[in-house]
Amino acid sequence: MKKLPLLTLLALAFLLSACSDKKDTPDPAAENPNKTNEFGLTEFEMENGVGPVKTKLSLGEIDMMKVKDGEKIFTEKCSACHKLDERYVGPAQADLLSRRSPEYVVNMILNPEEMLQKHPEAKKMLAEYMTPMPFQNVTMEDALKLLDYFRHTASQTKK
Amino acid sequence: MKKSSVLLLFTASLLLTWYGCGNSNSSLDTGDAAAKVYVKPGSQDEFYGFMSGGFSGQVSVYGLPSGRLFKVISVFSQNPETGYGYSEETKPMLNTSHGFIPWDDAHHPSLSQTDGVADGKWIFINGNNTPRIARIDLKEFETAEIIEIPNSAGNHGSPFTTENSEYVVASTRFSVPFGDADPSISTYKENFHGTISFIKVDKETGRMNLAFQIMMPGFHYDLARSGKAASHGWAFFTSYNSEQANTLLEINASKNDKDFIAAVNWKLAEEYVAKGKAKDFPGTYYHNYMDHSTQSAVSQKITTVKMLDPKDCPGLIYFLPTPKSPHGVDVDPSGEYIAAGGKLASLIPVHSFSKIQAAIENKSFEGEVNGIPVLKYDQIIAGEVKDPGLGPLHTEFDDKGYGYTSAFISSEVVKWKIGTWEVVDRIPVYYSIGHLMVMGGDTRKPDGKYLVALNKITKDRYLPTGPALTQSAQLIDISGDKMKLLLDFPTIGEPHYAQGIKAELLTKDFMKVYPIEKNKHPYITRSEKDSRVEREGNTVHVYMTASRSHFSPDNIEGIKPGDKVYFHVTNLEQDWDVPHGFAVKGMNNSELLIMPGETRTILWEPKTQGIFPFYCSDFCSALHQEMQGYIRVSKSNIPLSFGTGK
Repeated sequence: MKKLPLLTLLALAFLLSACSDKKDTPDPAAENPNKTNEFGLTEFEMENGVGPVKTKLSLGEIDMMKVKDGEKIFTEKCSACHKLDERYVGPAQADLLSRRSPEYVVNMILNPEEMLQKHPEAKKMLAEYMTPMPFQNVTMEDALKLLDYFRHTASQTKK
Repeated sequence: MKKSSVLLLFTASLLLTWYGCGNSNSSLDTGDAAAKVYVKPGSQDEFYGFMSGGFSGQVSVYGLPSGRLFKVISVFSQNPETGYGYSEETKPMLNTSHGFIPWDDAHHPSLSQTDGVADGKWIFINGNNTPRIARIDLKEFETAEIIEIPNSAGNHGSPFTTENSEYVVASTRFSVPFGDADPSISTYKENFHGTISFIKVDKETGRMNLAFQIMMPGFHYDLARSGKAASHGWAFFTSYNSEQANTLLEINASKNDKDFIAAVNWKLAEEYVAKGKAKDFPGTYYHNYMDHSTQSAVSQKITTVKMLDPKDCPGLIYFLPTPKSPHGVDVDPSGEYIAAGGKLASLIPVHSFSKIQAAIENKSFEGEVNGIPVLKYDQIIAGEVKDPGLGPLHTEFDDKGYGYTSAFISSEVVKWKIGTWEVVDRIPVYYSIGHLMVMGGDTRKPDGKYLVALNKITKDRYLPTGPALTQSAQLIDISGDKMKLLLDFPTIGEPHYAQGIKAELLTKDFMKVYPIEKNKHPYITRSEKDSRVEREGNTVHVYMTASRSHFSPDNIEGIKPGDKVYFHVTNLEQDWDVPHGFAVKGMNNSELLIMPGETRTILWEPKTQGIFPFYCSDFCSALHQEMQGYIRVSKSNIPLSFGTGK
């Protein structure tokens, strides 16, 4: 099969995003947390992504049991595309939490399809890497374990 | 019917056909046909239609009313498009007592039922040539099991489920000698036998098990239907060639005015089996099923069956005399009426189940064949539909008390009323209709919206494609008094029969991916880190992963000509609608198509030295074209090495 020209894909992505932006037209009068910007996203969503996590997570100490489970999930479901220290199919993950909030990470794991349609940061990544991040059939519990794994690897890298 | 009226009808049908050639839209006089079948882009159909693929050996899945083809499910035939029957995991599905068979002739799909209504769990279909029944799992739309039927040849009257899918049935189209006996064909009458088989279906798993067979006189058995509601517990089988001819059947099997419908009391058969009346009888057959945990088919060989002889089992079977070489035998939604397609008769005889029961009670028999009592036609007949068209084959019912019968020779569907037996409407079809299907028309609760005519011949209906033309289906609106032709669409192979089911029954709960955690394939590669190549003598196992958009490993060296290389490819994706393909230059079998979370294995035997590329053959991403690798095959001793991204 022939490769789709890059430009066509970009144009398509632009069209799609243009459509989805129109969907939730904000009411500019409302001065509240639900106020949305030109992308149709609230301030919270801009920072923390669109998905099941809608308020800040209360993160405790890093749980080493979760880190261990998280590493296993990462190896089986993520490592075909993500390495910790190098750009691969997707970006390197070791410094993930210096780039994204924990809530953004969980939302991106659990709701990548909508993120790629709506969130300007996610869209930027797709334009750069060209392979859309898929949902890998993980639960919220799995995603939180992955988060602890990323928190752990970040703390290791700093040392 | 008088000779003159037959002639008149024949002439009329010829004229209709002729007229149809010049002006195929003649019956499309309703302006709203297009609107009725138009399912706008992005919308979904109201019904699934499952059509038998006939000599393609497969089952095709259509949307109705649009007539859009969604999928061809591989059943009895190898399919290089998916690797079915080529991959190591699926090859055992096609094992039989005659060895590996890459093809069959698939005839009659039958949806599993609960309380006489399709429940959407499975669909069964028979293989006619090498007698088999397959079960397709409707959570994944894939073949889950195939069981061979021993002591049989030509499994035509099958599978026609009972009303709670307690059983699916089988009957021999060709009577044959049992075992490896070697009689002259001219001794047909003494040495050839038929059988009727009941295959138990496990309520939870669907797993099939040949429960018992019944030894039958050496007639030819054609079609079947299980009883429902009033007649639940019985099953009906048409027979022809009661003359027991073994040559030129066209003439020699068409002599008797009446042949028989065999009415089998299967609940009583169960009791006889429980009482030990069934003898262990030789019969070699294969039973193949998918182990969902290892994602691999398992093949078992079995060598005996439980055989019931009607002579030892009073009340087990009765013969209903029925004109003439009857084809279909179809039970109405109440279970009381049993309509036969009197293929060579000029009427449709409809038997009454309650009259049959009364005649049995009164022992009102006109004779006996091999210990099977023959009832009297006049005492069991409920009515005869007169002038039903020429060559009536097969009847289904709607929810308003009407039967619809296909007439092969006069190419039409005839609508008649249960009770008055009057023909109330008829509509030409194009051409030579075999079976027909009303949505749920074989159940206790038909949906009287559509009928699908399944046609053998299309002639001038479509753009010509040389000598070989498509077969077709035609969608007919049966919601009003008059039938209206809505749509023609081509089918895969010959559509012998079809089943329809409300889409919502299947769209509520189905598989989108195979959860990778549940994949217990012995050759799974759980993560890219585990991907590797192992050599055992001249056998090489490649543990490979696929994900958008690379394979791991994608560079392999140290393979030798003459090696047997098994590629075990695991698709690590867990995203719906992201299969990966796998193909190597010079492969002698087929590609693999690997669903998310699935492991599939294909054997490659390189013969010459060289560099062999492999690639993903199913467009998966923007970088699909980059999803490739190289294998180096060397005559000299190169150490085994492999990697990705190094």
